[in-house]
Amino acid sequence: MKQDVIVKGAAHTSIIHDSAIKHVTGQADYTDDLMMPEGTLHGYLGLSTVAHGRILSMDLDAVRKAPGVHLVLTAEDIPGVNDISPNGLHDDPVFATPEVQFLGQPIFAVIAETRDLARRACKLARVEYEELPFSLDAIAARDAGLGYVTKPLKLARGDMAEMGTAPRRLEGRLTVGGQEHFYLESQIAFAIPGEDDEVIVNTSTQHPSEVQHMVAHVLDVPSNAVVVNVRRMGGGFGGKESQMNIFCVTAALAAKKLKRAVKIRPDRDDDFQITGKRHDFVIDYRCGYDETGKIHAVDADFYARCGFSADLSGPVTDRALFHADNAYYYPAVELRSHPMKTNTVSNTAFRGFGGPQGVIMAERIVEDIAYALGRDPLEIRKANLYQNGQLTPYHQEVEDQILPRIFEELEASSDYHARRRAVLDWNARGGTIRKGIALTPVKFGISFTATWYNQAGALIHIYSDGSIHLNHGGTEMGQGLNTKVAQVVAEALSVSIDRIKITKTTTEKVPNTSATAASSGSDLNGMAALDACEQLLARLKAFAAEAKQVDPEFVTIGETVRIGDEEIPFQDFINTAYIARVQLSAAGFYKTPKIHWNRDTGCGRPFYYYAYGAACAEVSVDTLTGEYVVERADVLHDVGRSLNPALDKGQVEGAFIQGMGWLTSEELWWDQKGRLRTHAPSTYKIPLASDRPKVFNVALADWSVNRENTIKRSKAVGEPPFMLPISVFQALNMAVASFNGYRENPRIDAPATPERVLMAIERLR
Amino acid sequence: MGHELRFLLNDTEIRLTEAGSSDTLLDFLRLNRRLTGTKEGCAEGDCGACTVLVGRLHHGTLHYEPINACIRFLASCHGCHVVTIEHLRGQGGGLHPVQAAMVEHHGSQCGFCTPGFVMALYGLWMQNPRPDMLAVETALQGNLCRCTGYEPIVKAAFAASEAGGQNFDALTVERDRVTAALSAIPRERVEIARGADRAILPADAADLAQVLAENPKATIVAGATDVGLWVTKFLRDISPAVFIGHMQDLKKIEITPGHITLGAGVTYSEFEPFVLAHFPEALDYWRRIGGWQVRNAGTIGGNVANGSPIGETPPLLIALGASLRLRSVEGTRDLAVEDYFIDYGKQDRRPGEFVESITVPLKGEEARIAAYKVSKRHHADITASAAAFHVETDGATIIDARVAFGGMAATPKRARGAEAALRGQPFTAETFEAAAKAVANDFQPLSDWRASAEYRQQLAANFFRRFWLEQSGAEHRLRRVE
Repeated sequence: MKQDVIVKGAAHTSIIHDSAIKHVTGQADYTDDLMMPEGTLHGYLGLSTVAHGRILSMDLDAVRKAPGVHLVLTAEDIPGVNDISPNGLHDDPVFATPEVQFLGQPIFAVIAETRDLARRACKLARVEYEELPFSLDAIAARDAGLGYVTKPLKLARGDMAEMGTAPRRLEGRLTVGGQEHFYLESQIAFAIPGEDDEVIVNTSTQHPSEVQHMVAHVLDVPSNAVVVNVRRMGGGFGGKESQMNIFCVTAALAAKKLKRAVKIRPDRDDDFQITGKRHDFVIDYRCGYDETGKIHAVDADFYARCGFSADLSGPVTDRALFHADNAYYYPAVELRSHPMKTNTVSNTAFRGFGGPQGVIMAERIVEDIAYALGRDPLEIRKANLYQNGQLTPYHQEVEDQILPRIFEELEASSDYHARRRAVLDWNARGGTIRKGIALTPVKFGISFTATWYNQAGALIHIYSDGSIHLNHGGTEMGQGLNTKVAQVVAEALSVSIDRIKITKTTTEKVPNTSATAASSGSDLNGMAALDACEQLLARLKAFAAEAKQVDPEFVTIGETVRIGDEEIPFQDFINTAYIARVQLSAAGFYKTPKIHWNRDTGCGRPFYYYAYGAACAEVSVDTLTGEYVVERADVLHDVGRSLNPALDKGQVEGAFIQGMGWLTSEELWWDQKGRLRTHAPSTYKIPLASDRPKVFNVALADWSVNRENTIKRSKAVGEPPFMLPISVFQALNMAVASFNGYRENPRIDAPATPERVLMAIERLR
Repeated sequence: MGHELRFLLNDTEIRLTEAGSSDTLLDFLRLNRRLTGTKEGCAEGDCGACTVLVGRLHHGTLHYEPINACIRFLASCHGCHVVTIEHLRGQGGGLHPVQAAMVEHHGSQCGFCTPGFVMALYGLWMQNPRPDMLAVETALQGNLCRCTGYEPIVKAAFAASEAGGQNFDALTVERDRVTAALSAIPRERVEIARGADRAILPADAADLAQVLAENPKATIVAGATDVGLWVTKFLRDISPAVFIGHMQDLKKIEITPGHITLGAGVTYSEFEPFVLAHFPEALDYWRRIGGWQVRNAGTIGGNVANGSPIGETPPLLIALGASLRLRSVEGTRDLAVEDYFIDYGKQDRRPGEFVESITVPLKGEEARIAAYKVSKRHHADITASAAAFHVETDGATIIDARVAFGGMAATPKRARGAEAALRGQPFTAETFEAAAKAVANDFQPLSDWRASAEYRQQLAANFFRRFWLEQSGAEHRLRRVE
């Protein structure tokens, strides 16, 4: 029997983020805001100053003697393994020795009375290097024979003879820039030693279990000695999936050695140097197609700047291939990844996880075809959209295609066709300001491609006063995961969300968790929490039925518990259950069904389902400077049956602007010595409020229902909308193309900085 | 002479007898006072997570502005009212209208930037109860958010404006009390130290000359929007530091027939109304200097004195023919702004001297003025190339032209060759095209992360084309807000 009362904070309602009031009042605690035990010390990392070299000598005497210094740590001080690689490859040292492999690599740490003293002491190190040859970018590394950081992947399907027989062919190179996460809260770790081998690490991470394992590994203690806590992050975006390790293990190591609490928080500039970023790619592609714009075959090589170690580069470069089709069917296809080792910081996860770099190649190819045929690129897009039943390059059947409807609705709501005509007319007048418009889709596969990560746990306690304590393995980084999971619980138990206390994520409550990544947070943790709720409901109903001698069918749990004709307030009922010795705690578990993936054969069903969306963007370009304004963007995005439309819309808008930054103003620039010179917001420019589209219409496809049995039939939302602003990028290309009558695709590389735009104009002028 | 640093922090009077010259306000708030609502995002004044309001008396009137606490030195807070996020509350104790609007519009996600946004929006709400889109976007130039994409924050700004309530705001209600408290702090020289690390706040300009005579190697600190980074990024020792941002006699703006003279301590924000009144062609350029917080702190005198080749004001001042007055105990001397810049890192300022004022000729009837800047991001970014034009014509012929550039050489510098190509020539497109070609020989710019040499050269040429288009009334320029 279903309770017809709608509870406060139920699923599918737009309640506010659970911490919203704390955010706006400054009362939300981040790791650096936690109360510190008396005697807390502060650490700082000493970094290499060459891109590649052998350490000949490291004189740290002056560092040790500097004011306030308690301890200097080097590789020799590590009791366990000098490694924090998240993949078992043992290629990612805590402190590099004897060889440094990028400029900015940690080589020692200083622990001092204050952060300022530790930081100043670091500067006193005298390190001599024998400098070794280095390569900074993927192509230079390929030419120098540096090799791969991890095993490459090949995806193939169909008969590549199609490439030779297709009526038309094109080829090109696309260079796609990387991206710094620029989480507003930089990395931080705060370790508190316990008795015996125990240590507690408070940190800002998407992956507490990873920190736990790394700390155990480095300290040579079992995982059960290490507790990792995360209340919230000030942004993650993938940058805290593995990159927090160095700070956490150093803080834990120092805390255990000194028996004092130790906090480490790098300055923003050092955070930029020490931690990995989105991979930049050089993509060489070839495409066979015909006069109707249909693609016959695609062949491509994806060279990625992975940095000195593998980190997550394997699955990132894999995902670039998984999404190199974006939304389009390639009858014949061969895609090869080249995860190149370079003497730069090890690149890592970042929203989309390689997917965007694949998607943008598909969109480049579509545009190349459109310009070659003199057609509206949208027609080419539609001509090549997947139809249900067709196979992706990894042999997964597409079963949930909804892009035709999304296109149809977005074309209408954005008035695409009339506006494209207006843009063409405007440009035909030949003024200084040129315009462009583009409508691009995204199809994004949801699930970790490492199948075993697709599991989650939750722990729910109902206390005898009726208050509910909710814990799950996911982490809160602003996406509203805790709010959504609480909504699931409120609805499942039919109680007000006000009863539910959302608590910090801790390895003590849910073990062996996966990173909150791959957009999977609510899918996995929502289901695990639901499982816990169902166990509790079953126990409570059975107890009520037995106690009152009614059929369990006539029991409904909720703010008012109904047992037959009797109504009891929830808290009274819970107390009765407690007195009757009903277990009021449940651990829930979930694993995603249906998925499998064989990397060796390149076949499987790595994704449970796809999320879809499309955006139409119009830009105006100042052709004397290359500067531009996004006049308008219209988005229609698929989140299935949204768990919280307001929060989901926030994810879509935020992803759009972040993706726009990746493709426009955010540029990573290394000098010839290998020093990253865009290392702080003064030099690395993420979008501002005044960069957002002047008109920004974002809608969720509210008719969409996940055909798979996901949590409340919703879909993941974190990453897919990140690729929507490829529409902005293509619109910029169109504005530039107006200079030669749209006869060729200007093929601007990403990011399309004002400089790249102006130089493309000058080339075509 | 006093030896006590005094200011108000929210409801508390702070009196410190020990402080270092490079102690930052942010560290004081977070570490000493445990006011952890104010966040450190970048420690260089570019993200706004540490935004607080600083109220100070300007000719007896209390005026609050958002600034970045990360690069605000504690010593420079003497005589001010520092207001942090913890001080905000609504009428009756709940959420302030700005906070309520942020919650209602889902303006926070991770929440880390949020206190800074709330403080910037609070500053806007207080100063401009009915902002338009331009005002909102301008107020948010100094705040970065990586989660929301800004749309809900902009909506919250308008919703807070709708909600109103300024008359009941704590800072309105407390205005007289705060004014009295700040007025009670004596205007005398203050010296404060921690060990050998000294900070000096002179009483007035004459006293500043004296302090510099006594401490010729002192670091002069005005708005600290650059010196702040010497400390937070390069860990440089700035002691003894002489703080001048509080000095009323360096904040004077005087208009005489034909000229406007501004004290070296006038901030970009304080001068903005005068830009609007006298050089409206440069207003857009002016609002591209830093973000709002930086413009509230940074001074024009500091921007010039500092000698950076990428400062925004020198090209404009040089094109306008401005001069500056240097002062020391020996007296004063005047020189043209363009003569002040000798080479990279080298200016014509002698030990013991400070920039006291800048005098700008008002625009003549024949003059046509323009100022252009290009950077990777439109707002709150450092110049890739900038140019200011001052062209006098008799309608048909160019009588004189001064065109000064930033970002093109080791110093802010005039384009002598291009100027020559304009001077005495007909006021036509062809003349400006010739100047656009000539400017290529005026500079050998660098390639760096902001721009390549090739792009800088192209921009320099295009600025001449833009100037002509602008003067001839052609449609030529993107405007984000009409």
